Amino acid sequence: MNHNYQKDISGCGLTGLISRKRRRISGSEIVKSLCLMTDRGNGLGAGYAAYGIYPEFKDFYAFHIMYDEPSVKRSVEEYLKANYHIEKIEEIPTRAVKAIPISPMLVRYFVSPLKEKLSGDQQETDFVVNTVMKVNSEIDGAYIFSSGKNMGAFKGVGNPSEIAEFFRIDEYEGYIWTAHTRFPTNTPGWWGGAHPFTLLDWSIVHNGEISSYGINKRYLEMYGYKLTLLTDTEVAAYLLDLLIRRHGLSIPVACLALASPFWKNIDQRDAGEKEVLTALRQTYGSALLNGPFSILFGHSNGLVGINDRIKLRPLVAAVKDDVTYMASEESAIRAICPQPEKVWAPRAGEPVIVNLED
Amino acid sequence: MFKSLAPPEYLATIDREKCIRCKRCIQNCGWGVYSWGGDKILIDTFKCVKCLRCYHYCPEEAIEIKDNPTKFKQNAYWSFNNIRNIKKQAETGGIPLTGMGSDMPYPILFDNLLIDACQVTNPSIDPVREPMELRTYLGKKPSNIKVEKTKDGKLKLSEPMPPQIKLDLPIIFSPMSYGSISLNAQKVLATAAKASGIVMNTGEGGLHEDLFPYKGNIIVQVASGRFGVNPEYLNAGVAVEIKIGQGAKPGIGGHLPGEKIPLEVARTRMIPVGTDAISPAPQHDIYSIEDLRQLIYAIKETTNYKPVSVKIAAVHNVAAIASGVVRAGADIVYIDGFRGGTGAAPSIIRDHLGIPIEHALAAVDDRLRQEGIRNEASIIAAGGIRSSADVAKAIALGADAVGIGTAALITMGCTTCGKCYTGNCSWGITTQRPELTARLDPEVYAERLTNLIRAWSHELKEILGALGINSIESLRGNRERLRGVGLDSFTLDILGVKPAGR
Repeated sequence: MNHNYQKDISGCGLTGLISRKRRRISGSEIVKSLCLMTDRGNGLGAGYAAYGIYPEFKDFYAFHIMYDEPSVKRSVEEYLKANYHIEKIEEIPTRAVKAIPISPMLVRYFVSPLKEKLSGDQQETDFVVNTVMKVNSEIDGAYIFSSGKNMGAFKGVGNPSEIAEFFRIDEYEGYIWTAHTRFPTNTPGWWGGAHPFTLLDWSIVHNGEISSYGINKRYLEMYGYKLTLLTDTEVAAYLLDLLIRRHGLSIPVACLALASPFWKNIDQRDAGEKEVLTALRQTYGSALLNGPFSILFGHSNGLVGINDRIKLRPLVAAVKDDVTYMASEESAIRAICPQPEKVWAPRAGEPVIVNLED
Repeated sequence: MFKSLAPPEYLATIDREKCIRCKRCIQNCGWGVYSWGGDKILIDTFKCVKCLRCYHYCPEEAIEIKDNPTKFKQNAYWSFNNIRNIKKQAETGGIPLTGMGSDMPYPILFDNLLIDACQVTNPSIDPVREPMELRTYLGKKPSNIKVEKTKDGKLKLSEPMPPQIKLDLPIIFSPMSYGSISLNAQKVLATAAKASGIVMNTGEGGLHEDLFPYKGNIIVQVASGRFGVNPEYLNAGVAVEIKIGQGAKPGIGGHLPGEKIPLEVARTRMIPVGTDAISPAPQHDIYSIEDLRQLIYAIKETTNYKPVSVKIAAVHNVAAIASGVVRAGADIVYIDGFRGGTGAAPSIIRDHLGIPIEHALAAVDDRLRQEGIRNEASIIAAGGIRSSADVAKAIALGADAVGIGTAALITMGCTTCGKCYTGNCSWGITTQRPELTARLDPEVYAERLTNLIRAWSHELKEILGALGINSIESLRGNRERLRGVGLDSFTLDILGVKPAGR
């Protein structure tokens, strides 16, 4: 276990929206919302995640990969060809932006694992996660920054408007969007270090510093996760993957583990609930996310917003028609939804869970 | 008469001008240093152990205990103790005994570790205004749980959790048997454990009936002598501990001399009065790990599956041993570092065998994680915990809780003089002499020990608040919040800690 790492620290702004009726909304909306919060970023990282953007390839895992140089691309593609059926390879469309003179090579692949490569009763999703872990931790200069179905992440070093312009975010339409602007305090810009952070269908944008990072990381390592990014966000994403996908907890229950109620509140519940909440804390104490954070996480069926247990970072939510908005600041919501039906500040540790309608 | 050539360590002196001849020093000294000479107090300074009982009870402050200024010629290689022990052994042919943990100047890793604090990027938390949680549960945890929803929409646990021991803060009192310490000292531990919401451990001496009211705060111990063990005893506490080893004397057994076995001790241990109580070096039904498994499950069967703790000394291969212990079915692994205390041990063993708790704890926590079984057992780290800072550092290295023994005895008057094995403790702690044990008032000292635990819990909360976390489980194993100062890269690697500045 490598302990000699330098952890990434950053402050941030975030915003997200979801249409419960799966109405596909243009990326220009979320860009407008994010770009309002200029004080929350310092131009060293921004990114977007969208669901419902690849309807024609919805049955394939969409790998977004960044490469430092062509030779790395060749070795990754060799590996992918040996293990996956590749439906399509294309460069991720970009525009020339003056403020972004250099960027990594950005390629996307629509793939599905070859059946014969799955060992025994291995799930397809486990196989994909292993690929992501392997490429990101073992192949220098290659980084898979998106690996879900019918969704994708777009991120890099730059301010929110530049990154949106570069990735042509306005040309995508999705029913869930999350976005993030970054204020790193100690890391040089690296494209992979920007948010959203994704794994399979999970995407996370996060504002905060997780003070429990050290134990969260070691806990995840016990379950085979390789933490290559050294960001708090990565920890949150893998914890969600572990608790929800691998351990089968429902999203509300997983939220109770990650931002658990205080003992004084647990002790007052009725016997059955007290037993559940106590068992959750006993079992998942090392998964508790402690320290200031607000997080939005998107998944194939919805969007969740959650704060730390004493709300040390802002999170505001609003509803208008079939759309729920969540952002670091109310102004970011009002920039694209001037008259919401309802606006509220979610309480500490109480998640806002919005699911897509079938 | 033959006069020993091993010089006295201390010089007990009385200011004759100040002395009012009240004879309290004679009364208070358990060692017989003072006697009445008809017109003045006589002093046999060879017997003095510098426990300071006489000093505290002299109403005129006439007593001074000095380190003997007459030393052997200064020698950087042959220390005072080296020469003195050789002389003593030459005179007696015996093994010099000692009590307490080793006082040798080996490096102290705790003192080379510093704790992090928040500035700007993450806010610190004020424990006076915000909740700050220290509650800890000891016992096996499943890797995951299943939660169902009932018809009325409430959450329900699908399978019950394994039994857990609830602690209000991550500290327990280390095993110290009735016999090695007095019943009053055990009552202090039990009362304070109950008041503080933690547990004490009987050690290998059985459970005296006076402690029955504290059953909810007691772990009973089974060791190689099996003293006091019967089904009722095994079921008396919240858990059972199998003692394999002790940090102060790894690999060797115990010997409670017959002088420390009066009727009550004999009854509790279920042995004849005045006989030596010998705990063999190994448990003679445990010669291998599979034998340990049998005993663990025999105890579980007897107790309807209460948690079983296994106490081992920190030795070179402690990580592999602990892994085996966990796989053998232990719910708790208690690791005792070489600084750990003892009522009696050969000083050659205490001072030269075993490894520090810091290394051992880090290695065990790492190994259990590498093997994916860290959740299978809780880790208690013990052996030289001196302050709440040591507690916090041990927890950050990976302990679920720590054990304190010496620190608890210090609240009862102990000055770590190290002569516990003589049975003459003037403070009434490590003695069975009724005139000495009577001076340890359980109520008075239980309050002091409870105060200590409360003070440490406040300090722990301050540390957590500075770290910007509000729950102890976010510190547990969080080595990212520790930094080493002046440690070599190998040691840092073993501890899994970065150097300060990184």
